[in-house]
Amino acid sequence: MPTIKSRVFGEVEVSEKQCISFPDGILGFEFIKEYYLLDIDNSPFYSLQASGEGEIAFILIRPQTFVREYRLEIGTADMEALGVRSVDELLDFAIVTVPENPAQMTANLQGPIVINKKTRIARQTISLNEDYCTKHPILAALQEKNREGG
Amino acid sequence: MLVLSRKTNQSIMIGDGIEIRIVDIKGDQVKIGINAPKQVAVYRKEVYDDIKSQNIAAAQAGSLDLSGFPVLGSKKSGLGLDDPDGK
Repeated sequence: MPTIKSRVFGEVEVSEKQCISFPDGILGFEFIKEYYLLDIDNSPFYSLQASGEGEIAFILIRPQTFVREYRLEIGTADMEALGVRSVDELLDFAIVTVPENPAQMTANLQGPIVINKKTRIARQTISLNEDYCTKHPILAALQEKNREGG
Repeated sequence: MLVLSRKTNQSIMIGDGIEIRIVDIKGDQVKIGINAPKQVAVYRKEVYDDIKSQNIAAAQAGSLDLSGFPVLGSKKSGLGLDDPDGK
């Protein structure tokens, strides 16, 4: 299996199945068209590692993990770009921002990263739900979710 | 940038599918109506700017010490995506 340089794991073996293509890139990183999705064990997180750019990696989390009754709501333009008709064909993530104090980590629910499960083509979409902001506090939401019994 | 003057209820066409109409003008605020095909994405520019600056803040995520946050737990199931790491 090939290896890549990653920010979280250093040199790491990857399989083709972890390779996710972003034909339009990610906003601000339009020049990177290929990433690898790496599992971060014993955590709810994944690392989205830019291919060929070892220093660039995003931390991802599935919004369902910490938001009660989360639903992916995206527009027709995004659905068409992903080549799907239903959100059931998609896998969605939020990009996590970890500030100096990790207790204040937030997730971007306004610009979810969405992957076509079958083709592994992905894009950063824009949520149609205006309650979902770019800095959704993760730990507070998780505590609330646990309190309410998921 | 092309700059055009319009009055209330006047429109601009972009191609033959997109109409931008000035619905109302009050002080320094303009209400704009947009008629566009469903596959054309229309969002306020601030939304793009917000997402972009958040991406840049998030982009160099290294290893995380999560030991102080047991509330995070861990994953309960795979992704159903030809799972990463073959899980």
